[in-house]
Amino acid sequence: MANVAHTDPTETTPGPMTVSEEVAIDIVDLNKWYGEFHVLKNINLTVNKGERIVVCGPSGSGKSTLIRCINALEKHQKGSITVDGTQLTSDLKKIDEIRKDVGMVFQHFNLFPHLTILENCTLAPIWVKKMPKREANEVAMRYLTRVKIPEQANKYPGQLSGGQQQRVAIARALCMNPHVMLFDEPTSALDPEMIKEVLDVMVDLAQTGMTMICVTHEMGFARQVANRVVFMDQGQIVESNAPEPFFTNPQHERTQLFLSQILAH
Amino acid sequence: MSGTHAHTVPYVAETHYPAEPAPVSTTGPIAWLRENLFSSWLNAAITLICLAFILWIVPGILDWAVFKSVWHAKSLSECREIIVQTYGEGTTGACWAVIHERLGQLLYGFYPVDQRWRPDVTLLLLITAMIPLLFQTMRPLVVVMAALIGVKILIAAYLAVTENTLGSLFGPTTIVAIVIGGLAYFFGDTHHRTRWLVFTIVFPILAYFLLWGGIILEPIPSSRFGGFLLTMVIGVTGIAGSLPLGILLALGRQSKLPILRLICVTFIEFIRGVPLITLLFVASTLLNYFLPPGTNFDLILRVLIMVTLFASAYMAEVIRGGLAALPKGQYEASDTLGLTYWQGMRLIILPQALKISIPGIVNTFIGLFKDTTLVAVIGLLDPLGLTNPIRSDANWNGIVWELYGFIAFLFFVCCWGMSRYSMYLETRLRAADRR
Ligand SMILES: Nc1ncnc2c1ncn2[C@@H]1O[C@H](COP(=O)(O)OP(=O)(O)OP(=O)(O)O)[C@@H](O)[C@H]1O
Ligand SMILES: [Mg+2]
Repeated sequence: MANVAHTDPTETTPGPMTVSEEVAIDIVDLNKWYGEFHVLKNINLTVNKGERIVVCGPSGSGKSTLIRCINALEKHQKGSITVDGTQLTSDLKKIDEIRKDVGMVFQHFNLFPHLTILENCTLAPIWVKKMPKREANEVAMRYLTRVKIPEQANKYPGQLSGGQQQRVAIARALCMNPHVMLFDEPTSALDPEMIKEVLDVMVDLAQTGMTMICVTHEMGFARQVANRVVFMDQGQIVESNAPEPFFTNPQHERTQLFLSQILAH
Repeated sequence: MSGTHAHTVPYVAETHYPAEPAPVSTTGPIAWLRENLFSSWLNAAITLICLAFILWIVPGILDWAVFKSVWHAKSLSECREIIVQTYGEGTTGACWAVIHERLGQLLYGFYPVDQRWRPDVTLLLLITAMIPLLFQTMRPLVVVMAALIGVKILIAAYLAVTENTLGSLFGPTTIVAIVIGGLAYFFGDTHHRTRWLVFTIVFPILAYFLLWGGIILEPIPSSRFGGFLLTMVIGVTGIAGSLPLGILLALGRQSKLPILRLICVTFIEFIRGVPLITLLFVASTLLNYFLPPGTNFDLILRVLIMVTLFASAYMAEVIRGGLAALPKGQYEASDTLGLTYWQGMRLIILPQALKISIPGIVNTFIGLFKDTTLVAVIGLLDPLGLTNPIRSDANWNGIVWELYGFIAFLFFVCCWGMSRYSMYLETRLRAADRR
């Protein structure tokens, strides 16, 4: 247990990116349909604690659907998903339990526009974890400092740039002290100069040993922090490998085509 | 190289331009007039035509309503005599004497005269209950109560000079106003707001006790309620009841449970598909057949229920519009953070959805408030219901404009107030979150 991932922000010393033997997420034979449309086909994916997975693939391949199944934003019809030992069923209690453990960051930030940045971050700790308000404020300020925007705490989301909003969204998720973080194209709605500030925060987070699943097309980020890159096409996992071999020596022809397309520009 | 040089050659700025005030001709009242009223020939022409129209119509109205009006008379014919005697043959003027004589009835119906302080106090408490809902601090309450006391002192002074009495200066309303105003003055800050909200929750019970009596207060039967008091009772209850009910219906209509959804949709569509008058008739007559014999279910209470249900169906649709306007991401973010359904609704979804719906909500409120006049049809004596007995009184036979004008004025003040408040609220909320 010595190398179990810890998420306490006070210990941000960029240690070695350790991966535990313990399983954080176990997806077995996952199948999902939208009506008649088979979106996810026999997905098998095991993520160990502290592991960082990058999921990529062409548009419509089911990447978002896959990670949204993990915290039950989408229901699956076949197969099983187990998060931290809890199997996801339609039982609302279990769903809530898993959601407390799993943080999510969206492409369009989804901050609450009627609340200040600080209130955005303290809302869930106060109401879900029943944390006293003062303590919640302290925790929120710690994470806001970590994503480098403590000075914006009392502004409203609409007054922040896209990159700042996305960093708030990350801080908001971290305030719940999750064991797993899901990212769904966190930088694809951002201008190039803001992408870096968000990626920096994510790299920093990776270095603390957080278990992460990122849907992203930022290949530099994948090379730098991923343990594994998973390539999806038409609802199935086509190839999965460590970043070096994945980028330099892709095996499947769909992967080769995809990589040649996104690396072309 | 100067800054105005066309950038046809490589260019690097060498000067830094300091900010200068805008040219005088583009700011100030003259500029405002020129920009808004006389910006083009067409605009100028429209402005002049409107001015001419106002000059033509306003003096006439003022002449009739103010300068040549009569406040003290026993009958319409006496009014006309006075006007002819003072201003000459052929002049017409308003006969406000009817309002003067019947004011008590128009405001309170047949509520016993010596008990009318009770509705007055209830109104003050209503204002007290509303302020913490409507505003951030209790300062407006201090202003209202101070203004009320000021007006009462003025009236008392006037009465002291003309009739040698102080009137009701030391009545219960004054005392209540002083107490509430004082409390609001000393405990009016934002952090006391929750305590005032507790009062808001207790208020309905208090109001019921004050208006209908019981225990130590003389009981007043519903049949004596009338006039603007009745309008307020129905309007305020309808407004206060239809908003929460409408929210629940709107949420139910979106629910994942098919049975609940079906119930809500059926209710909304049924109520919206039936005229309010029909529902009121059901309340006044048909309902008796369905109730166990011998039960005496108060008519006003039945009307209150019907009006509330009616308004809540419209409210539900307005709020559904607000819910639908929210991006799906807000629901998802609230879910992913682990908030329960009701927490998410209360903290994330409804504050935003209601804000979007404010214009529609206030619209429904105003409609409801004016629809209260329909109760005249089932024999309740709201201000409009009172016009018939007054006009069939031999003394006031033939009076039209003054009576309806006064009632219209009362309604206008209330509805316009709601409309202004909603505009204030929208500005306040918009200032809070600039998207
Ligand atoms: N609610 C839905 N109902 C029906 N079909 C859907 C729904 N959501 C997604 N789909 C379909 O499922 C497929 C996978 O969608 P998904 O959003 O997971 O793709 P993605 O890989 O995330 O794509 P992108 O890179 O564009 O985000 C797409 O073909 C999409 O059209
Ligand atoms: Mg997607």
